[in-house]
This record gives sequence, structure tokens and C-alpha cells, in this order.
Amino acid sequence: MLADKDRIFTNLYGFQSAGLKAAQARGDWDDTKALLAKGQDSIIEDMKASGLRGRGGAGFPTGMKWSFMPKESKDGRPSFLVINADESEPGSCKDREIMRHDPHKLIEGALVAGFAMRARAAYIYIRGEYIREAEALQAAIDEAYDAGLIGKNACGSGYDYDVFLHRGAGAYICGEETALIESLEGKKGQPRLKPPFPAGAGLYGCPTTVNNVESIAVVPTILRRGPSWFAGFGREKNAGTKLFQISGHVEKPCVVEEEMSIPFRELIERHCGGITGGWDNLLAVIPGGSSVPLVPAKDIMDCPMDFDGLKELGSGLGTAAVIVMDKSTDIVRAISRISYFYKHESCGQCTPCREGTGWMWRVMQRLETGDADIDEIDMLHTVTKQVEGHTICALGDAAAWPIQGLIRHFRPELERRIKERGEQLPEAAE
Amino acid sequence: MPKVTVDGQEIDAPDGATVLQACELAGKEIPRFCYHERLSIAGNCRMCLVEVKPGPPKPQASCALPATEGQEIRTDSEMVRAAREGVMEFLLINHPLDCPICDQGGECDLQDQSMYYGRGATRYQENKRAVTEKYMGPLIKTIMTRCIHCTRCVRFSEEIAGVDEIGALYRGEDMQITTYLEQAASHELSANVIDLCPVGALTSRPYAYEARPWELKKTLSIDVSDAVGANIRLDSRGREVMRALPRINDDVNEEWLSDKARYQVDGLTARRLDRVWMRSIDDENAGKLAPASWEEAFEAIVKAAKQGGEGSIAAVAGDVVDCETMFAAKRLLAELGSDKLEGRQTGLDYDCSSLAGIAFNSTLAGIETADAILIVGSQVRHEAPLINVRLRKAAKRGAKIFLIGPEWDTTFACEFLGEEAGLLHDLPGHVADAFKDASRPAIIVGPGGLAAGALHPALSLASEWNLVRDVDGEGWNGFNVIHTAAARMGAVMLGYAQKGGIKDVVDAAPAVLLSLGADSLDYGTFENSLKVYIGHHGDAGAHAADIILPAASYAEKDGTYVNTEGRVQFAEKAVFAPGDAREDWTILRALADAFGVTVGFDSFAQLQSAMIEAVPALGEEGIAPLGTLPKGKKTPKAKGAIRYPIADPYLTNPIARASATMQRCSAELFHGEDMLEAAE
Repeated sequence: MLADKDRIFTNLYGFQSAGLKAAQARGDWDDTKALLAKGQDSIIEDMKASGLRGRGGAGFPTGMKWSFMPKESKDGRPSFLVINADESEPGSCKDREIMRHDPHKLIEGALVAGFAMRARAAYIYIRGEYIREAEALQAAIDEAYDAGLIGKNACGSGYDYDVFLHRGAGAYICGEETALIESLEGKKGQPRLKPPFPAGAGLYGCPTTVNNVESIAVVPTILRRGPSWFAGFGREKNAGTKLFQISGHVEKPCVVEEEMSIPFRELIERHCGGITGGWDNLLAVIPGGSSVPLVPAKDIMDCPMDFDGLKELGSGLGTAAVIVMDKSTDIVRAISRISYFYKHESCGQCTPCREGTGWMWRVMQRLETGDADIDEIDMLHTVTKQVEGHTICALGDAAAWPIQGLIRHFRPELERRIKERGEQLPEAAE
Repeated sequence: MPKVTVDGQEIDAPDGATVLQACELAGKEIPRFCYHERLSIAGNCRMCLVEVKPGPPKPQASCALPATEGQEIRTDSEMVRAAREGVMEFLLINHPLDCPICDQGGECDLQDQSMYYGRGATRYQENKRAVTEKYMGPLIKTIMTRCIHCTRCVRFSEEIAGVDEIGALYRGEDMQITTYLEQAASHELSANVIDLCPVGALTSRPYAYEARPWELKKTLSIDVSDAVGANIRLDSRGREVMRALPRINDDVNEEWLSDKARYQVDGLTARRLDRVWMRSIDDENAGKLAPASWEEAFEAIVKAAKQGGEGSIAAVAGDVVDCETMFAAKRLLAELGSDKLEGRQTGLDYDCSSLAGIAFNSTLAGIETADAILIVGSQVRHEAPLINVRLRKAAKRGAKIFLIGPEWDTTFACEFLGEEAGLLHDLPGHVADAFKDASRPAIIVGPGGLAAGALHPALSLASEWNLVRDVDGEGWNGFNVIHTAAARMGAVMLGYAQKGGIKDVVDAAPAVLLSLGADSLDYGTFENSLKVYIGHHGDAGAHAADIILPAASYAEKDGTYVNTEGRVQFAEKAVFAPGDAREDWTILRALADAFGVTVGFDSFAQLQSAMIEAVPALGEEGIAPLGTLPKGKKTPKAKGAIRYPIADPYLTNPIARASATMQRCSAELFHGEDMLEAAE
């Protein structure tokens, strides 16, 4: 179990003020100038050494991502850091806790990360529905400006750095990094083609790195306490601490900072008071937000909660938004609802996702009641395969995986429903 | 030159090529819907997926992937076949099965590609999507249920036309393509989206349910609605031209066509002159036109000419007439002892002594590369929409564009300097500086500039700024004139240009005035002449004429046209002229017989070779030798406020004025706001 002294987010639950004074008392903004004085390359090296993998879901090593940014501008274009605070994944609710209770961690991280990648400014793109969170964050930004921590000569380091807050309008797809950039530029939020990658041509055509809120907020603490401290948690290649968000059929749903690779059982027992109805009542778990395939109870119970551990189970850590479902859950209906979400949030740009998400949802709806043929399960599976990997962004994959997970693990349940319904219907021939 | 392997075949792809282009070079067909050579890459239809190594283990959109050294591309693997089949299936699940009543049928990308790449049968059991109709104006018919969201139309409007009119609303499977607030698309190139649309979502409204592509005879022709000389294909059935479509010619129109050129063809069947008419003199119908025979008409013409004495005959060429007609009339007049020929009907008298001095010397493709452009008196969008497309490209590449003349709604970044033509003699410092710094400077004089006497002042600016120069080892001539009449350059080459313009002809007071389809002429100044109108439409010229001889329009005769660049192009005959109407040259040939003179040709071929003998440049397709740019005279100075001559861009020639479609466009798109105000 993570010791209190090793927690990064010390005001996760808002027991203390989110203001600058309280944040400084918790250690934020403590001699940030000295952190910057380490130099850009040294910061990036530290980040690489810490083993931090992006907290937005894909788990790409953060330090390596930063190193893709140009070391100097050859044509006068500035670089930008864009912070993805468009936390819209169903089940995910960690970034809002950071932004409303510990916003200075994020702002300080924005400065340090932006400095390391030689960015001119940071744009924080916050989900439209996060109204109070945006207010809290803006208040913190204003405080930081007033205290001279950001802006001209940030923290007395001689580095000029701005932080802008931009509110989204409530589209899930704007959490995809290139769609986010489009939206930030004032266009319709639709993912761009890659290449070019944002590090080459991103926001307004300038080199840009898009990072998740949590990835940025942990940076100052990692640098202060040293990369080896951070790398000391979790299994190899899955280093650090992580905010887990447990929802669903547990006694006490919560957001909690824990060590990576903590076994699922320990996570639930220690922080959530166990599964409702006991462990025998556990049906399945969606371990990383709605877009990853579900994992049946027997597989997940002793699995280490990290990127590689869950990948072995054919699922993923995603944002560590753990959705627990007990045996009272209508699993087909649950996945059908997720399908509806992706159908609703598909941007409509590319064909497989635009047409496929609607098709998949409609078939899922019929499977809920068993109003289908057995063959249609296989057809649905091939349709998910036709969407997966054929789209511009990963939303197509995200729409396909939950259904693939369902078919993989709960095919008997689907067949049972179809058979039962078939038996209820009077036979026409008779 | 990256070396790539396509299905085991090694080829060198050009630098900057995409994988799709590399595959095409290797002779592989890559199906696509959203990709278009002249538009930006969207990569959204996902039809062009191929397998590429090295790369992720999933198919890649070849239209958006750069070809790089050592790539191993497969277009025939199982993965690719399955991917195409999958995408095709997705495109079809919500596409209506209404091909039998769809105007795109027979020339539909979706239809063709589903035959090659699709599954045999559907697996989709759910209801299909239906989308409400959108209104896009009198030219574009929409059946948006058929839309496959390739966004070609959106990209065309934004990128080529420069008008943010079409866009996408909503998201996911509810996404819909529409115009802003469902207003009509009202720019001058709007109908090109019909060609771009790979399915039957945007089709031609005037052509709706008229014909099937396989019923049509296709004839290569040249557009006469402006002086750009866009290459077109006339599709005809029986005696009727059903539609005009652009042909690809990168030097002229790329693959675009203005709405007027495309839709004036329905005017070819309306208000036609199909018999001979003569104005009665001494019976009870005196002053009214009455039907007559060819013999009566010829007799009256010969009589009047004889009364006027030797050489008392003149010819005025209209705006849409071909070179052969003009040459035949010239030959006839020469035999009768007259050289009173003029083409500039509205009284312009600019100096035509040098062809280079009145041509678009930069060439249409070349003007794209200009880096500083001064436009003197041209409303380019009305006068030459396809040149406007080029100017927009130049501006996008960073050209600085300045305009003298009343402000109009440009589609590119520019600066209006003022309305006074006199500004040419007194340009602001930053303009002169921009031209001194430019490596490819250009001046464009439009008809408004010509009317204000700006030609010579502009020519002297040309020598001052050294507009003729060598850039990067090739010649650059930055002096350009935009004409509005398709016949203008040909007319000048054939000598239809008096020193004093039409005034010289008026002063000569000819006994007979041959009007070759001249409809903008002030016939009041020829009160005492016998006015003979040889033309095809009952327009202004026919109303003023004493004798009307029905002739053929551009679709009904072979003919040579010279565009504003001096580019000689040849158009072919698509259909026959209606009724008694004859090809113009045969009328003039018969008239020669009536006069008892010999003009030296009995067939079109003979006429053409006589013309080529007289003006060799007209015998070779391509840009005619224009000579060197003349030195400009500084005086007389250009003066007065510039006015653009085109009052209504949809009704600039007799064919367009007779076209119901063009009249509707004029009323709705050009005068629409006036109409709304009147209604209030």
C-alpha cells in the first residue's frame, strides 16, 4: 500500500483549500526556479528515467514524447504544450479531482513541462461540462499570474510562459489529441490525419505536445523527489503511482492514488470496502474506462493493475477507470449502452466509424432481448473487426473493443437469450 | 526519389508522392471517394486502404501516407481485400438502393466500385438512414440521403472557390452536408461540386431526369461565355445539347467550369432565329419584321450595297462568334472593296497594334506563380471566374494583390487602392515597393481599365517595373489583359479593329451593316444603313435589324476560338442548327454569289485553309505568337472612375439571356436580395 508520505496528490479530496497559499504549504511551487535551472535536457532525461507513461490511456512514455519536440525553432514557429483536460471517458473522473482540489500541481507542471519542451505557452482544454472545475482552475491560474509564477519571467527564471484555459463544448471526440487541436483552433472537432504528428505540426501548425492532466501534474513532484523514487513503485515498465477511479458495484466507490501494479483484489479490499455481495458476486470488470474490453471475474481478481498486466488479459489499463459489475448486472445491456455512447460520439468523419458504430449499436440492442439469429453474433464480430484499425483515430477501436470483449467472454449468455426468445415465439408453421 | 515496391514491382516514386500515387504509377488501381488531385487530402472515406511495410499491422490510407524509401506496398493482399470490402459495406448500408432513378447512374463512383470491391449481398437488417433535403439553389439538386460524406464539396468551396458556403453539420451517422443556413450556393463556380460528388447526392437540377449518360453523344468544344476559352464537352441527344461538362486542361480551366458556361446551354433551344426575316417597307405592315426567303433577303442586301456605291459595307463581329465566320465576312468585304471591320461593339478604342499588348501574357497557369499583382479595372469573378481561381491560388502562395476599381467581394487577400483610374500614375509607395521587390510581378488590365484608357499607362508601368524578364532561367511576361468576349482576340488577329474603334465604322456610314451576332452595338448610330443580322438568337441585334439571316451557335458549327491568352482552340459541331438556320460561313458564301464576287472557298475546309494562309497562327492549337510587349505611352493619362461593364454576370451573352436557367440564377442568386427587399 502506498504510504501517505509517498502520495503526490495530497489534497485529492479537497480537505484543504485549493488556493495558492495552501498549495505552497503542501509543497507546490517550492523553488520551481531551481527545477527549471536543471535545464531542459536534464528534465527530459529525468522524466525518461522515472518511467512515467502517459496517463491519458495509451501509456506512451512521457519523457520520450517530450523529446520529439524541436530543440530550436528553425523557422520562427513557437512550440506549444496542450494539456488534455477533456476527461470524457465513461468511468474516468481523476482529472477533475486534480483540477478542482489541486490545480496548482497542474499549473506548476505545465510550466516545468512546457519549459522542458521549449514551449511558448500551455493551453489547457477543459471539458465543457466541468464548470466548477474550470472556475477553480482559472482562479488558480490568476493566482499564479499575480504571484509571478507564470507569465513574464516565470518564477524569476527568466523564462516567459503563459497558461491559457479553454473550455470545450462537450464532445467526447475532442479528447482525441488532434481533434482537440482542431477544436482549440475553432474548428469542428474532427481528428486529423497522422502524419504529420503534432510534434511536427500541431496547434496552428506549430510543434505541439498533448499531455493528459495527470501526466503533467505529477511532473514537479517527480523532479523534486527524483526519478528513481518514482520508478521505485510498480513493476518494471509500469512505474509510479496512479490515480485509480473505482465505480460500480463496490461498497465505497472512490478515486484513490495507489501504487501501479497493485493487485485488483487488494485495490478493492483496501479502498472500496469490497465488492457488493462479496467476491463470489463479481461478474466482470472494465478496468480502464469504457473503451477497453471487459475482463471476467476469475481473470481479474489477482491481476496486477498496470499496463502490461491488463494487456495480457486482452484488456488495458486505459485511464484506470475501473468499472466493477456484480452479478446483478445485465452485461449485454451494459455493453449495448456503451455502444450507444460511441455511436453518439462518433465524429462522422471517416466511414467505418460513422456507419459501423450505428450498426453495432443496433445489433447490440437486439441482442439485449435476444431478437437476433445466432449467426448475427459472428456477423457482429466481423463488423467490429471491420471497424477496428480502419479509422483515422482510435474511436473506432474504442467502439469495437467492448463488443469484442463481450463476445469473447459472454457468448453463451448471448446465445441463451436468442434461444429463449426463439422458444417463446409461437412457431408460424404450426 | 524514394524507391518503393508495389505488389513486388519496384518503382521510383517522385519526391513528395503519396503511396496512392506510387501505386497508380505502378499501374495499380486504388479505389477512392474522398481523394481528389486538386483538393486537400481528407483521408476520410477509407476506401484507399493498402498494406504497407514497415508500419503498424493494419491497413493504411494510401492517399494520406507519404511514399518513403524501401516501403513494401501490397494492394492485392487478403487484408486489403477485406478492408475494402468492409469499407464498401459500410458505405452502402445507409446508401439508398435507388440507382434506377438516380441521375448519377452510369457515372457513379459508388456504383462502379461496389461492383469491383463490394460484397455480393447485404448483411444489414436495420432501417436505413434518411436525410432531409437541403436547398442549394437553382443549379444543384440535392438528395442528401445518398451522401457518403466524402467532403469533396466542402473542400472545393473552401479551397478552390474561396467561399465558405458548404459545410458539415452534426456528427457521427447524423452528420449532414449543407449550405450555410440552407441558402443557395451562390458563387460563380458552385456547380463544380456536382462533378466532384462521387455519388448522386449533388446532381444537376436543370438536367434532372433528362438523359442517361450512355444515350449522349459527346463532342469536344470550347466555351464562349467568357474569354477564358474553357475546354468543354457538349453532351447531346438528337438535336439538343443536354449539358456541358468541363474537360481537363491544366493550362486553361484545370477541370473546373463556370456556372454560366455549364448552364447556358439550355438557351440554345430558346428564342432561336430559325427563318429569314425582313422589315417591310411599303405595305400596311411597314416597319415590322415579316418572314422572307433567302433570295429576297440577298436581293435586298445587294440592292442596298449597290446603291451605296463601291465599298459601302461594314461588318461588326459579336462576342461569341468564331474566327472562320469573321474571316469569311472579311473576305467578302474585301471583294466588295471595304475594310470596315470592328469587334469592339461598345465603343472601346484601345490600341490593338500589338497582340502582346492586349493578351494575357503570363498565361493562366503562369499567373498562379506571380508574387505581386496589380489589377486595373476588373471584376474578375464576373468577367473570368476561372482566372479568379488562379488569382486565389497565387494569393494563397503569398502573392500581394492590389486592385484599382470599385470594391467587390474577392475570394483572396488583397487591397483596394481606389476607384480612380488616375491612381495608375500616382501609386502609393508601398505598392511600388512591392513591385520592385517582386520576382514575378504582374499587371492585369480588365475591361473597366481598358474603358478608362488605362492600357498605355499600364504598359508604361510594365516597362518601368520591368515586367518582361527572365526568372529562374525562363521567360516571364507579367503584362495581362482580361477580355470578356470569346471572339475578341480572334477578331483582333483577323483585323476587326479600327484605329478609332466602332466610331470609324459609324463615320463611314456604310449602306449595309453586316452584324455577325453583335448584340451590344448601338444600332441607333447606323440609322441610314441596311442592318443585316447574321446570328442565332432573337436578342438586341435581331430587334434592331432590317434583315435577319438565321445562323448557327457555337454548338452547331465547327470553329476556331482564341482566348484571352491568345490560345488558339478548336471546337467541334455537336448538333444541327434549328429550322432554316445555316452555319454562318455558308450564308456569307451564298451572299458572295448574290454579289457576284468570288471569295475563294466552297467548303469549310477551304475556308479554314484560306484563313490559315492569311493568319498562320490560327492554324495551330496553342498560344499564338504574340510578339514583344510594346512600350507604353504615358499620355493621354488614364482618368475617371473605373466602372465594370458587366451588369449581370449571368446574362452576358445572347445564349445566356435566352437560357431559363441563367434567368433563374440571375433572379435568385444575383438579384435575390433586391427581390427580398421588394417583397417586404
